[in-house]
Amino acid sequence: MATGTDPQARTTSGPDPAAHGVHAPSRAAVPARHLRTDRWWLAPAATAAGLFAFVVYSTWRAFSGADYYAEPYVSPFYSPCVAQNCVPMKGGANWEIFGAWWGLSPALLILIFPLGFRLTCYYYRKAYYRGFWASPPACAVPEPRAKYTGETRFPLILQNLHRYFFYFAVIVAGILTYDTVLGFRDESGRWGHMGLGTLVLLINIVLIWAYTLSCHSCRHIVGGRLKHFSRHPVRYRLWGWVSSLNARHMALAWASLVSVALADFYVYLVASGAFDDPRFF
Amino acid sequence: MTAYEAHFRVWRGDVEGGGLKDFHVEVNEGEVVLDIVHRIQATQAPDLAVRWNCKAGKCGSCSAEINGRPRLLCMTRMSVFGRDETITITPLRAFPVVRDLVTDVSFNYEKAREVPAFVPPEGLGPGEYRMWQEDVGRPQEFRKCIECFLCQDTCHVVRDFEENKQAFAGPRFLMRVAELDMHPLDAAGEAGIDRKRTAQEEHGLGYCNITKCCTEVCPEGIKITDNALIPLKERAVDRKYDPLVWLGNKIRRRPS
Ligand code: SF4
Ligand code: SF4
Ligand code: FES
Ligand code: FES
Repeated sequence: MATGTDPQARTTSGPDPAAHGVHAPSRAAVPARHLRTDRWWLAPAATAAGLFAFVVYSTWRAFSGADYYAEPYVSPFYSPCVAQNCVPMKGGANWEIFGAWWGLSPALLILIFPLGFRLTCYYYRKAYYRGFWASPPACAVPEPRAKYTGETRFPLILQNLHRYFFYFAVIVAGILTYDTVLGFRDESGRWGHMGLGTLVLLINIVLIWAYTLSCHSCRHIVGGRLKHFSRHPVRYRLWGWVSSLNARHMALAWASLVSVALADFYVYLVASGAFDDPRFF
Repeated sequence: MTAYEAHFRVWRGDVEGGGLKDFHVEVNEGEVVLDIVHRIQATQAPDLAVRWNCKAGKCGSCSAEINGRPRLLCMTRMSVFGRDETITITPLRAFPVVRDLVTDVSFNYEKAREVPAFVPPEGLGPGEYRMWQEDVGRPQEFRKCIECFLCQDTCHVVRDFEENKQAFAGPRFLMRVAELDMHPLDAAGEAGIDRKRTAQEEHGLGYCNITKCCTEVCPEGIKITDNALIPLKERAVDRKYDPLVWLGNKIRRRPS
């Protein structure tokens, strides 16, 4: 082998072309592919199940194109609403960028951005590489493939575009914040009111912001890219804050995923008439 | 707690072949796996080869795999295993085996040599280096590395694909690139070395898919993926995929 670290290839039999990875000729001859005795499959299985559940739920809701607005609440899946076929939302982020020719659910137009953000997120990458691709399924458990190029070529090299999705995610989070503010109205648009839905949207937006700001690209942009923190005290301070959020990025990724689904589901219940939004004041 | 007898399976052999051998051996309170390996050596297999030095988790010599997980023999307490659990020890499975628990880790030294060293800043003599704590905080975490190469052993990029060893430096040495790129006095840029770009183009950063096994096994608890590899990926993006950063650097030549 060209690194020259493999001087003692076995002489007795020629190299077996099928033997690779931990079964490569120079390595200790252990027949088992791995010897882990703990429940290493539990974490990737749970991750895959969780992500799968969310995909099923959000696909149903995104394609349904109904029951996403119950004044004053709008589902986070449908905001901003940028097609003509949107339910009119009083004062909401609802712009007619796509005309009548757009016949599908308006959620599909906007969900590309959060979807791209989460798909290229460093945490979710780890989660689905392990959970769905088994690359690797768990540490020191071999991959079930013969060749691996990681993120060096198309399409996975596109993961490098994560920071652009981060910029869009900030805009989307801003719009959802606006929606949450609109939630402090009552059914007829008068300000200074609050219901259970307002609280649901409020919790969701806090988690969305925490997730968005804890992003690794955000950490890099606010300060991580600097060589000398001492010359940029403000950015150093910001970097410190983002870093402490960033340490919880995985937890925030899951918390915000669940909260966005719950917020949508709450709006669905109210909009479809299955549940009456309790008003606090 | 009293002494008890544990069942061990230890890999014995060399590059020609080998297998797991059974040992029943006494375990006392407070012992670590390395103690048991030494007891096997002292009482049952005097020629058992094992590499160790400090028995304090600081020299990085005693790396092996215990029940399939890459760990330091001297830092793995016997108390984490059940008394009737069979404990299996093999050498590191990503590197060529020399004998028994000893592997040839020279892959790592080759990779170390491929990373250009610290470039001394011009005009500063020995003893004249001054740095601020906030500037060295990040590289300092990486300096805790004891070079046990458990991360290199676990990383699926080379563990599962021998052919990638040529292109991929491994987490330990990508972390070294990150350390130097974050070093406040490293003058590589002035010397024409672009560590951000070469991380991807020469040291194989793109092979890493940030699945964090290196971080999981590091006995020093270094957040390799979060603090070295991902920041390095972002730095490579600055160089290669971000026209805004490129433009900004053209317009305003201010050192960062
Ligand atoms: S995070 Fe990257 S370097 Fe670390 S083990 Fe995973 S693939 Fe290898
Ligand atoms: S980074 Fe951690 S696991 Fe890797 S060689 Fe250094 S101490 Fe060992
Ligand atoms: S959102 Fe997870 S890393 Fe950017
Ligand atoms: S003997 Fe030094 S780290 Fe284990």
